[in-house]
Amino acid sequence: MSLLEVRHLAKSFGAVKVADDLSFMLEKGAALGVIGPNGAGKSSMFHLIGGSLKPGAGQILLDGADITALRPEQRCRAGIARTFQVPQPFSKMTVFENLLVPSAFGAGAAEPDGDRYCVQVLEQTGLLRKANQPAGTLTLLERKRLELARALAARPRLLLLDEIAGGLTEHETAQLVETIKEINRSGTAIIWIEHIVHALTAVVQRLMVINFGAKVADGSPGEVMGSTIVKRIYMGIEVA
Amino acid sequence: MGNWGDIIIQGILLGGLYGLSAAGLSLMFGVMRLVNVAHGDMIIASAFLSLVIQRLTGVDSPFLCLPLVCVLMFACGFGLQRLVLNRALNADMLRPVLVTFGLSVVIQNGMLEAFSADSQRLQANGLEVASVSLGGGLVVGVVPLLIFASCVAVTGVLQWILYRTELGRAFRATSDDPVTAGLMGVNDRNLFAIATGIALAVAGIAGTFTGIRSSFYPTSGPESLLFAFEAVIIGGLGSLWGTLAGGIVLGVAQGLGAGFSSAWQMLAGHIAFLVVLMVRPTGLFPKRGN
Repeated sequence: MSLLEVRHLAKSFGAVKVADDLSFMLEKGAALGVIGPNGAGKSSMFHLIGGSLKPGAGQILLDGADITALRPEQRCRAGIARTFQVPQPFSKMTVFENLLVPSAFGAGAAEPDGDRYCVQVLEQTGLLRKANQPAGTLTLLERKRLELARALAARPRLLLLDEIAGGLTEHETAQLVETIKEINRSGTAIIWIEHIVHALTAVVQRLMVINFGAKVADGSPGEVMGSTIVKRIYMGIEVA
Repeated sequence: MGNWGDIIIQGILLGGLYGLSAAGLSLMFGVMRLVNVAHGDMIIASAFLSLVIQRLTGVDSPFLCLPLVCVLMFACGFGLQRLVLNRALNADMLRPVLVTFGLSVVIQNGMLEAFSADSQRLQANGLEVASVSLGGGLVVGVVPLLIFASCVAVTGVLQWILYRTELGRAFRATSDDPVTAGLMGVNDRNLFAIATGIALAVAGIAGTFTGIRSSFYPTSGPESLLFAFEAVIIGGLGSLWGTLAGGIVLGVAQGLGAGFSSAWQMLAGHIAFLVVLMVRPTGLFPKRGN
């Protein structure tokens, strides 16, 4: 059984379709990269999977169970955690406290155990030195890391990463890629939206292209990047 | 000089009652940006609740009834939030204000219907007239001292909940960003219900003391609300210790005003409030952070 199954998902705002009969599956522990032009509906897809947006039609299944009607916090407890493209830390709380919220409410971890796990996540994401600093004082890179750390503290089975490498330097991106690889190796399935294709392909085994809310290509990275439809709509290259 | 010291001490102790009345208001605003216009009426309703419990059970001390009043008020708050206020909460701040204003009217008239417009008082077996001497000719009432001590204790406990517990972290996270908190597994509807429950349990304490300290009517709520509001604003929105400080500023100002002339008591409190608004519009202890 697949971990995640998206069936004929549709959502539109007026005439704008952010999801158009979108269907795909994700196996347990797999890593899927998602690319597409700006405004293609990539982040909206995360909103729909995470539950902060209700679909107009279609279903979302986690481990074969229909979660379409579940509220965001119930989906979080079921094992879905996400990061935001624009970091949304709880800015008045410390970095450590930011992690304790999903640890207690998302993963349901009791205090000593949950605290230890959060420290471990901070170490893994390189934020341990900043643990007691208010999250509002962090730099962009640190905020991006906090997004990742906070999502991990919910101990997800499915991690949704929304342009987590955007705006980072080459070196920082390389570090982040290693961290994400490690997370994936430990068994957490990942869907990663990213414009930096080489960072994506270093982690994912599969690439999906979305345009106008619809899936236009899905397959191995080599296959997808080589396809003419991707070259035309995504790269903006005219193929005769 | 002894006279002034006395006025200031009485003012500080009176501030404890305002702080207690305002703590629940401050908590509800801090956690869910909800301005509860019916808070004063809920305080008075809890005083009537204490009266009813005393009559039904025959227990003759409002202090013995207090735990039950708090539990019942918590339950009322939880239910109210789940069934009514959660539906009113959205990006628009005006809606909850209108809904709680409506509640205020309903509660006041309900109390008028049930208890008539007569003034009531909670009898505390002579404790209300007991006093202790602080030396130097200063004498303070036992009840005002108890009120002040409860206010400090309640503020301390609320502060501890907010900053040292899982529940408090969820409150702060939701206050910061409810959508993200939801995605982190926090059920904001339940959380808000707990917050309102706690706020009304505290209102139960405030109501009991209000009833012991002075007589009350079904229509006493708005006055209680006004002082509570002023205490919250003087202290700085969202800061619990600030709210206590705001209550004290108000109490002392009223005491000093009354020292000149009894007509000046209320006016002096309102003037102090206006002066703080003009000089420090964010209050004395605004919440830090960005």
